[in-house]
Amino acid sequence: MARYDSVLDTIGNTPLVDVSELSPNPQARVLIKLEGVNPGGSVKDRAAKAMIEEAEKNGSLMPGQRILESSSGNTAAGLAMIAKVKGYPFTVVVPENVSVERVKLLRAFGAEIIFSPAAEGSNGAMRRAQALAAEHPDWWFSYQYGNPANPKAHYEGTGPEIWRDCPEVTHFVAGLGTAGTIIGVGKFLKERNPAVRVWAVQPPAGETVEGLKNLDEGFVPPVFVDNDGYSLLDRNRVVGPRESIEWARRLADVGIFAGISTGAAMAGVARCAMEVDEATIVTVSPDGGWKYLSTDVWTGDLDEVTERARHELYF
Amino acid sequence: MAVEVRLPNIFRPVAAGRASVRAEGATVGEVFEDLVRQYPELRASLLTPEGELHRHLNVFVNDDDIRYLGKLDAKVNDEDIVTLMPAVAGGA
Repeated sequence: MARYDSVLDTIGNTPLVDVSELSPNPQARVLIKLEGVNPGGSVKDRAAKAMIEEAEKNGSLMPGQRILESSSGNTAAGLAMIAKVKGYPFTVVVPENVSVERVKLLRAFGAEIIFSPAAEGSNGAMRRAQALAAEHPDWWFSYQYGNPANPKAHYEGTGPEIWRDCPEVTHFVAGLGTAGTIIGVGKFLKERNPAVRVWAVQPPAGETVEGLKNLDEGFVPPVFVDNDGYSLLDRNRVVGPRESIEWARRLADVGIFAGISTGAAMAGVARCAMEVDEATIVTVSPDGGWKYLSTDVWTGDLDEVTERARHELYF
Repeated sequence: MAVEVRLPNIFRPVAAGRASVRAEGATVGEVFEDLVRQYPELRASLLTPEGELHRHLNVFVNDDDIRYLGKLDAKVNDEDIVTLMPAVAGGA
């Protein structure tokens, strides 16, 4: 059906596209799930909707109550869009080094934006949001890193969709951010077929951790720890910005216009494909390329674009 | 086996400000022992008192997380790059 009562009903049920022509191993098929087609522009619409609707159901979010979150952009966009539709005011803490499009998108949906220092990365934004939540107990803090509705959205949505569209999947590769996607989908797929291997991809911490004073200030999302992510994952690879950008460009060559974190996921897929004889690898494209146009990902000099990406939060 | 160990900003003060140091060993555990011999103050950052990997430290051999390669028993080859990276929040 292509007619909907609400834009929120269009979240999920995203297309899975065969991009095996990009696989470095002819025996390894590659399919990519395009989450950029969600109405807020990213996979995070799923978690945003699930977190809000779960809170409405259990009574922790009341009509007109202010929603608070920290996000480098995509969760914020999803929450801002849904908050607009449902009539909640929304405040978000955003690291100041996110792309200009992300900020403009949030403004389009009427979000109140509080910037946190670039050097503190997503950790700093999260700490600021936690402090704000403590100061304003009347606000509802969705806390994507620890909210069980985040992985549940993928366990009940993204995972079953992949299984429905590609039951022959042997490997699932996805970015490790809040861990919502990889935990939810990974758990679902392994329950259906324990032989499925789950590979995570993450960006190097690099410049974004300058604000960290000691290791005890580090952070592993409760979504990952509470769901025993260490046992669920089979591999975790770090992928740098240069390779991520190169893969975003290769995707554009086959008509897929996706963000830098999709490039990182594809770099992980390529490594996976090189290590196996035969496989059907499924990955997730978290968002489209629209929010990164100002960074010249596809057209700029590779060295310059890579250097800029080192200082910008794109994952 | 001699490897290059890349240190995050927060570890550099105990390694004379260096961003990378050399260490020897056939496994990550042995490389850590050599690191601690050279820079004793690093021990508390690398390992818990029980000798387990610090929960907020991610260690990659080249680009591969050792938690899924046998942890401290993960093998290293000559001229591998071992990167120490604090676990931080990610995700858009």
